[in-house]
Amino acid sequence: MSTAILTPAEATAGLIRDTDALFARKRIVALAIPALILAYFAYIFVAFDIAGLRERASLDNAMTLVSDSYSYKTHVARDNRSGEVSIAIEGERKGAYPDGTSPDWVTLGDDTVITLPKGHEVLFLADGTVRYDIPGYGLVTADPGRSGVNAVLPAGDVPDWINASKNRLAIKTEAGRLTITRNRTEVFRYAMGWELFFFTLDSPYHGLGPVTLAQRAANGEAGAIWSDFWNNRMWQHHQVAWAIFETILMAFLGTFGAAIVALPLALLAARNFAPFVWVRMVTRRVFDFFRGVDALIWTIVLARAFGPGPLTGALAILITDTGSFGKMFSETLENVDGKQIEGIRSTGAKPLQTYRFGVLPQITPIFLSQVLYYLESNTRSATIIGAITGGGIGLLLTQAMITQKDWEEVAYYITLIILMVMLMDWFSGWLRKRLIGGQESH
Amino acid sequence: MSNIEHINQTYMDMVRRKRLYGGIMLAVFVALMLAGFRTADSRNAGSFIDGWHRFFDFPGEVLGEAAGKLAEFPAHFAQYAPSLLETINIAAASTLLGALGAVILSLLATSGMARWPRLIPVFRRVLDIMRAVPEIVIALVLIFVLGGGPVPAMIAIAFHTVGALGKLFSEVNENASLKPVEGLTSVGASWAQRMVLGVIPQVAPNYLSYALLRFEINIRASAILGFVGAGGIGYELKNAMTWGKGQYDEAAAIFLMLFVTIVVVDQLSSTLRDRLTHGKKSNMIGAQA
Repeated sequence: MSTAILTPAEATAGLIRDTDALFARKRIVALAIPALILAYFAYIFVAFDIAGLRERASLDNAMTLVSDSYSYKTHVARDNRSGEVSIAIEGERKGAYPDGTSPDWVTLGDDTVITLPKGHEVLFLADGTVRYDIPGYGLVTADPGRSGVNAVLPAGDVPDWINASKNRLAIKTEAGRLTITRNRTEVFRYAMGWELFFFTLDSPYHGLGPVTLAQRAANGEAGAIWSDFWNNRMWQHHQVAWAIFETILMAFLGTFGAAIVALPLALLAARNFAPFVWVRMVTRRVFDFFRGVDALIWTIVLARAFGPGPLTGALAILITDTGSFGKMFSETLENVDGKQIEGIRSTGAKPLQTYRFGVLPQITPIFLSQVLYYLESNTRSATIIGAITGGGIGLLLTQAMITQKDWEEVAYYITLIILMVMLMDWFSGWLRKRLIGGQESH
Repeated sequence: MSNIEHINQTYMDMVRRKRLYGGIMLAVFVALMLAGFRTADSRNAGSFIDGWHRFFDFPGEVLGEAAGKLAEFPAHFAQYAPSLLETINIAAASTLLGALGAVILSLLATSGMARWPRLIPVFRRVLDIMRAVPEIVIALVLIFVLGGGPVPAMIAIAFHTVGALGKLFSEVNENASLKPVEGLTSVGASWAQRMVLGVIPQVAPNYLSYALLRFEINIRASAILGFVGAGGIGYELKNAMTWGKGQYDEAAAIFLMLFVTIVVVDQLSSTLRDRLTHGKKSNMIGAQA
């Protein structure tokens, strides 16, 4: 030992020197790593043009998105040529009130009276003029026709929530919105919640409370009530349920299909099971290829052969995961404990029996746990693949996004997707515990 | 003697019952798979029977065209290199951001280390929800608000990464020793100091290993998000695909670039991870010897 020759003081000095050097090195590393990360973020800031984001970002879009996802508006519109008044939720045909009916805040007649919250009131008079009494501001009148909207505002400056020109008048207040053009007068009234979620307006069950509905259902109308809800044209519960089912189906078929295909292949790729080296090498490269050609590319290729739908999605997951499972399974097989096999063999078991009692009990829990872990993650993948190839809830989501106005539906689908993934997560965890028991606890 | 027979009898009964249950489960599973396959097949635009022989048509077409235009490939590679870099940057930045978020949230969600022990269940649920959100959901919403480009994809992937890594990190944290933390507490260290000096050095290799794995996954995710309009190589691929027959050489070049990137990152990260989990130990022993 070299320290034996040193005096204690020298040894201590050496130790101190070493420690100082170590600390200095650590200090540099401790500063260098955050500095590198910061530098990288600075680069990303420039490369992604984050400074320019403010111009590209549309705050209006964000506002529409947020407000639309928890509220809805009812349009009361008058055709200024024919004088016809129509009322429709979100201005959609499928949300239209049948002729002659109206919500309780609209009084139909020669004059149409529209009561908005906070004491606001809009009148469509029989002679074609429009009167809007705005508390705290005054009376606005307009007489839309060929010559323009002919708006008369109270004296004084025009506030910025009123946009008036010759051919258009737009008033946006906290109570609602009034838009007048030469051909059309339209009032929006906003309300919280998701409109017509249970029944559309043409259903006799619209607007009934849960108690009344339960009574009606008990009197033999349960089938009709269910059918009206299930075939709701606005929310299409029927299709949404199918879409969720399709997505889960894709994940289920893809995951377990991949496991079934990968199992025999993994035997060929495991060092201690494969008879020939070249078979092992080829199988491994096949796994690498399946994994390397990403799910995106498989989806594109498969969509060409099978068209859009759940089968395409399931096969895309199946092929990609065959690669992943093959790799994981063969690694598990290579780590099998030889002692157990030896023990079984020593009792005079035949090769098949050795596999059955020596190998299978060791690998089954690991394989199952790997497969079930992928089931949850593939539910998410199936949503994404569905959005690309056209199937399941992913497709509905992209369709609702494209319209750029059905944000309440987007919010609904997002909620359903999150619930679906969490449910699958819980389910696969539960199944894992049931099938494998305590062995997973480590 | 009858006692042994009895035991034998009961054992065989149990084995038989177990086999029966196993058989029933297998039958149910097979029936589910078959029924599921038939349902998926009937709801698909084209059926499996009609389509499987067409499986190689498209790859064949692409490869055939690509083979004829091999000379143009270097030009294509050069043309799409910036997009590929963008895809990799999206993955790297979102992995970094996600990992930073995951470190903090996972520490807050681990008992013994949490800053506010009562809020542990809250942070756990937050992680669960973040993990459950598919990237595409956030990406599509953000594309509407922020416009196309890499930022929506980066935020979307980072959000999911926080959840995914947070769960793994908190499992790592649970195995870390609390003694350094207690020691630091006794000398009056703040929560941040306790975490940075007491916990992080123990768990850093495992964190890094999981983050590398995530980086690999995020490259795939960022390519896919590009396909729905979030920039990068996926976006270029979508454009190249729409040009149709006779123009597939560009699509083939992008396929190849994506494939090579994924394989290279896969290999690199698995080597690095191997070093982190196995090699590190032998290094340390070597340093001490």
